[in-house]
Amino acid sequence: MNEVPPPAKLLPPNLLPWAPERTGEAAAPPPAPRREPGLLAGLLLALRLAWRQLRADRARLATAIAGVMFACLLVFMQLGFRGALFDSATNLFRAMRADLFLMHPLTEASFRAEAIPRARAWQALADAEVDRAVPVYLAQVTLRNPETGSRRAVQLIGLDADAGAVDFPGLADVAAALRRPDTFAFDRLSRPEFGPVAAMFARDGPFAVQLGTREMELVGLVEVGPSFGADGNVVLSEQNFRRVFSRQATNADLVALRLRPGADVAATQARLAALLPGDVLVLTHAEMVARERLYWETGTPIGFIFLFGSVMGLVVGMVIVYQILFADIAGHLSEYATLKAMGYSNGYLARVVLGAAVILAVVGFVPGFVLSTLLYGYVAGATFLPLEMYTERAVGVFLLIFGMCFAAGLLAMRKLRDANPADMF
Amino acid sequence: MGAAPVELRGVNFAYGEGELRRQVLREVDLRIGPGEIVILTGPSGSGKTTLLTLIGALRAMQEGEARVLGESLLGASEGQRVRLRRRIGFIFQNHNLLGFLTARQNVAMSLELDGRHTDAQRLERAGRMLGAVGLSDHLEKKPAQLSGGQRQRVAIARALAGEPGLILADEPTAALDKQTGQEVVRLLRDLAKGRGVPILLVTHDPRILDLADRIVDMEDGRVVQAAQASA
Repeated sequence: MNEVPPPAKLLPPNLLPWAPERTGEAAAPPPAPRREPGLLAGLLLALRLAWRQLRADRARLATAIAGVMFACLLVFMQLGFRGALFDSATNLFRAMRADLFLMHPLTEASFRAEAIPRARAWQALADAEVDRAVPVYLAQVTLRNPETGSRRAVQLIGLDADAGAVDFPGLADVAAALRRPDTFAFDRLSRPEFGPVAAMFARDGPFAVQLGTREMELVGLVEVGPSFGADGNVVLSEQNFRRVFSRQATNADLVALRLRPGADVAATQARLAALLPGDVLVLTHAEMVARERLYWETGTPIGFIFLFGSVMGLVVGMVIVYQILFADIAGHLSEYATLKAMGYSNGYLARVVLGAAVILAVVGFVPGFVLSTLLYGYVAGATFLPLEMYTERAVGVFLLIFGMCFAAGLLAMRKLRDANPADMF
Repeated sequence: MGAAPVELRGVNFAYGEGELRRQVLREVDLRIGPGEIVILTGPSGSGKTTLLTLIGALRAMQEGEARVLGESLLGASEGQRVRLRRRIGFIFQNHNLLGFLTARQNVAMSLELDGRHTDAQRLERAGRMLGAVGLSDHLEKKPAQLSGGQRQRVAIARALAGEPGLILADEPTAALDKQTGQEVVRLLRDLAKGRGVPILLVTHDPRILDLADRIVDMEDGRVVQAAQASA
């Protein structure tokens, strides 16, 4: 091996040795002027070098991807739970479709609503644009599991189903049956702890269940959705509500208003706010849902806990990515120094390191995203929480992961200073 | 005759500050003409490596007059020095090839800083350069799959691929056995001579001294003797 190859192909041998300073021969013409590669080309080359370096060490690449994926998963799950909590907390209000709502200013959350005079509903009808006004009664009692006999708290929603101001899916079909005494409709989305109520109803038709202290007949199913405040919901008429839960008959918890078609919601809202006394707030549907959500976000430490979890995930991910990038630089210091000696600038090498960070962000995010989507489906099935992969959340988490990797790259970059080409000799 | 590729006059250099200041170069004059092969020898600590890093624009000059490839080094900014380095081919004691790139990609790395070529052109040129050092059968091998001599030949191809105006080599034979080392340096000389590129080579290896046009001996930071090699 190592035999010297003949260089003859490139130059005739009689030119050797060539020493123009002795022969007076002219020096070779200077090569054409060099040109810096374009910005984009330079970036792409740096990115390619970063990818080749990452790819070379499969085990390290796998570790890095796993780290990013883990961070990704953690953030997705934390944000998912957080979002699901707030979504589910507002399930009740979100399911109530009406144009405007009247609510006591001190009502913070649906599960402990402050009572308002029922007369406010009839007063609201004074406005020409208000078509229907339906008082809604909220309370929590226990429902007996028809299979095991255990009791569990359930949200009562008393309202006039015929008025059609609040249309839960399925409510119109059971409205007639709800008019009969001692009947109620059960929320089929309720948590399974109430027993196989929906399945039993589908099989046997109406049957008797104990609601509160009273034997009631289950006559239909609606869809509302459980929330953190209540595991399940029961919809019944005003009269039946009072049979289950006795309270001052002139008080309601909420009034749902339907406006005439084509009415200006904002203007009507302003007129009603001026007309009605200060013991009610006039809210649009979105405002009422936002108010409920705000309670859970600010009134409880839950939002902070999940945020904290997300931050921890990002920190752990950043440390892993930093370690990987740092080890890559530290292990290739002489190569980096050689590149510097060859004329690669600090900036170029910094772009290589950042390029590696960005690649890790993308390569780690994709499986993290897929896995999170699968887990969302699984966890949603197990907890009946509305865990969904929203586009905004996916984009947001990608930006967080990108930022995390970028920050790790910036930290690791400092190690490049140790690659000093002058020490290479 | 035009300006020499390397021209140093009265170069001083010291490491450290104050009490710890240590002068390593004293009034060094050195001139390397086009196509000339100069070997720099001397005991360790004589300042030859420092001189090499100064000429290679790897260190900032402190004092003296120095022109390398037409660029004045005194007071040159980091950016100017980085640009100058692109026109100099470096060969190190260790090959310092990027382990995750093939031989051909390693050589192409020295062309990527020059926007004149496309990727295909760079690889084609790198392939030809590797052919010139006798490695046309090993283009797609990683450095780990090559012998020590082959790696150093890849390093030579890399140093020459960018059409440098000057080649600086530091103990290029140190990591090689006697025969391989001699072959590698001979190859370097032939290729450089064919292109008219001057070489400044620091070495302790007495077996390769006869390749030089001129031997410059250094001691204690001074050039003590500039002997013409027996031609």
